[in-house]
Amino acid sequence: MGDVAIRVQGLSKRYRIGARQERYYTLRDTLTEAVARPFQKLASFFSRNGAGSRTLDASSIWALKDVSFEVKRGEVLGIIGRNGAGKSTLLKILSRITEPTEGRVRIRGRVGSLLEVGTGFHPELTGRENIYLNGAILGMRKAEIERKFDEIVAFAEVEKFIATPVKHYSSGMYVRLAFAVAAHLEPEIMIVDEVLAVGDATFQKKCTDRMSALAASGKTVLFVSHNMELIPRLCTKVILLEHGQVRKQGQSEAIVGEYLAGQLINENGDNLAHKTRTGSGRARFTRLQSVDSRGRALLNHTCGEDLILRMEIVSEYDIPDVAIATVLKTLSGTRIITSWTREAGFPVALHKGSQIYQCRFREVKLRPGHSISFSLWMESQGEVMDSIEDARIIQVADGRGTHYLSTERYQGIVVCDYDWSQVKGSLSPEDGE
Amino acid sequence: MTRKSRREMSRQTFAAESSGICDSAIFLGNGAKEIVIEPSRGWVPPNLKELWEYRELLYFLCWRDIKVRYKQTVLGAAWAIIQPFLTMVVFTLFFGRLAQIPSDGIPYAIFCYSALVPWTFFANGLTQASSSLVSDANLLKKVYFPRLIMPVAGVLSGIVDFLVAFAVLLGMMVYYGLVPTIHILWLPAFLLLALVTALGVAMWLSAMNVQFRDVRYVIPFLIQFWLFATPIAYPSSLLSEPWRTLYGMNPMVGVVEGLRWALLGTATAPGLMSTVSALAALTVLVTGVFYFRRMEKTFADMV
Repeated sequence: MGDVAIRVQGLSKRYRIGARQERYYTLRDTLTEAVARPFQKLASFFSRNGAGSRTLDASSIWALKDVSFEVKRGEVLGIIGRNGAGKSTLLKILSRITEPTEGRVRIRGRVGSLLEVGTGFHPELTGRENIYLNGAILGMRKAEIERKFDEIVAFAEVEKFIATPVKHYSSGMYVRLAFAVAAHLEPEIMIVDEVLAVGDATFQKKCTDRMSALAASGKTVLFVSHNMELIPRLCTKVILLEHGQVRKQGQSEAIVGEYLAGQLINENGDNLAHKTRTGSGRARFTRLQSVDSRGRALLNHTCGEDLILRMEIVSEYDIPDVAIATVLKTLSGTRIITSWTREAGFPVALHKGSQIYQCRFREVKLRPGHSISFSLWMESQGEVMDSIEDARIIQVADGRGTHYLSTERYQGIVVCDYDWSQVKGSLSPEDGE
Repeated sequence: MTRKSRREMSRQTFAAESSGICDSAIFLGNGAKEIVIEPSRGWVPPNLKELWEYRELLYFLCWRDIKVRYKQTVLGAAWAIIQPFLTMVVFTLFFGRLAQIPSDGIPYAIFCYSALVPWTFFANGLTQASSSLVSDANLLKKVYFPRLIMPVAGVLSGIVDFLVAFAVLLGMMVYYGLVPTIHILWLPAFLLLALVTALGVAMWLSAMNVQFRDVRYVIPFLIQFWLFATPIAYPSSLLSEPWRTLYGMNPMVGVVEGLRWALLGTATAPGLMSTVSALAALTVLVTGVFYFRRMEKTFADMV
C-alpha cells in the first residue's frame, strides 16, 4: 500500500427500508412472518420470476454504491455532498460502526472517529469522571487521559466545575467539555463528521483552529462538512458524493466550486413554489429573479454593479402595512446585507392577486469567486406571512476595474475601493490627549 | 454484469491477499497496523485479542455502571444486601418454618441465603446486560469497539454487589458457627461457573433484545421461573438419581449446590451434577457468543 493510509474499493451499502433491518421487530411480527413466508415464497415462485426480485429492489436503497478512492498518508480529505448523498454512511463504515454490503476498505494506522461529540457522557457523572469515560470510549488509554487531563480541562474552560455532575452544566459548558476531550484524541487517522459548530463564536473559532492545526500536523484526516468555506481551507483533496456514488474527486477549490455551481442549477429556477418555507401563507413569494441594471436576467453578479431583485408576490387578501425584507448571505450562513422596506421608508400595501416589487442594491462590491444566497421575508403587523431561506443563489464575477488578486474565500467577502500611499512626517499625538 | 457475478469475481480477486485477514487488526512487518473492513459472512469467532486491547473500556463501562447506580440510589451499596437478605427472611418464614422444607442439615436461613447470593448476582447481571445494547444505543451508533464488551460490562458490574452480599454470608457463617472444610478450595470454581452462566445467558438475551424488544418483558418472568427451577428454597437432594444429575442441566443448580458444599459443607458432594452444569454453562456461553457475533453487524442499523 506504500504511503496510502486508506484504500476504499467498490464499497456499497444497502439498507432495507420498510421492513427488516431498519426497524426492530417484535416477536409477534417474526411469528406471523414465519407463518406467512412459505406462502409468499410459493406465490413468487408461481408468478413470473421477476416479481420477487423487484419487490426486493423496491424495498431497499443503496446508500453507497461502488465507491472507490484512496487517501494518502498526511492528506486531508473533505467529503461533501447534499443531504442523503451517503456521507454519513461512508463515515460509519470507515469507523466500523456498520458493515458494508459489498466491497472492502483497508486502513493503515490507528483510527479515531468523531461522529458526535460527547458520546457516552453520563449526566450523573462529574466533569472529571466524564472526561475519563468519554476518553476511554473514544479509544484513549487511561495513562493518556491522565497526561492530557489538565490540558482538556483548560481547553474546555470548566476548571471550577470539574467536580460537578454534568447535568448541572449549561449546554455551552457541556459541548465545550465534550469537544475538548475529542480534540485531544491523537490517532494517526482521524475521521470527523461535522462536529465543529459547537459553542459560542469564540469557542467555534477555537474548534476550527484546532482542526486546522490537526490538518497541518501531517495527520491523515477525513472530514465531512457542509461548510464550503472551511472545506477548501482545511482540505487538500475533496470527494463529491451524489446519490451514494463518487461524482467527482480532486483539488478542493475546483470540486467545491463545481459543487456550488451544481447547486445553482438546482436552486435557480425562478419559481419558488417548491422551496421550503415558513409563515402563515396569507401572502407568498412566488417568483424571484435577479436582473442587472438593464433588466436582463442574471446568474452572475458583476462586482461593483447594481444588483436588482424582482419578486412576484401573490396575496389572498388586500393587506395594508406590509414589510418585505431580503437578506444577502454567504453559503455558510453569514449575513452580509439586510434590506428592509421599513428601513428604506417604503410603504407596502398588498392587494388581492399578484404584484411585483423590486429592490435595487447599488454598487454591490463583493469579492469575486464567492457565491451568495438570498433569503426572503414578508411580515404584516407582527405576523410572518412568508419566509424562504436560500430562495436564490448567485455567484460573484469579476467586474471592470476590480481585479482582486485573491479569490480565496478567507480573504473576506466584502470589498471596497482603497488606495495605499506613504505619509511623510510623524503620526498626530495620541488620541484622547 | 449481474450483481452476483461481479461479487463472485471480486471475491476471487481478493481471495489471494485476504487470506489470514478477517475484519480484524493485524500487525504488519513495519509496525503499522492494518485494518480490513469487509462484509462478514456466516459465523464469526470472537476476536479475543481485540477484546484484550479494549480491556480499559470494559473497566470504565463497569465503573460507570457501578458509580451511577450508587449515585442515584439513597441507600447505595446497602441494596446489595437488602435484596437477598429480605428474600431470605421471606423464604425462611414461609418455606423453612411453615412448609418445613428440609435444608440438608444446616440452618435454613443460611442455607437459603448462600444460594441467594450467587442468584442475585446472576439475576441482576441478566437484567443489566440484556438491556445494555439498547440503553447505550448511542454508543453503538457512534463509536466502534467490540460490542461483546457491553453485555460483559453489564454482568461484571454486579461483582461489587456480589462481594458485599458475600461478606454478609461470611458473617452469617460466623454467627451460626459454621467452619468451612477443605472443600472451600473449590469455591472459586463455582463462582466462575456462576460468571460463565451469567455471561452466556447475557449474550443471548442482549443480542435478542436488539431485534425483539419483547425480551424486556420476558426477562422478569424468566428470572422468576428460573428462581424456582433452582434449588434455592429447597435442596436438590429431594430428587433421586438419575434425575438429580440431569437437574444439573440448569447450570445454576451446579452453582448453588456447589457453593453450599464448598462453603457450608453440606453432605452431598455434587461431583457429577456440577460437571453437567459446567458443560451446560459452557455450551450456553459458546453458542451465545457466536449468536452475538452473528447478530453484531446488524446492531447499529437496527437499534
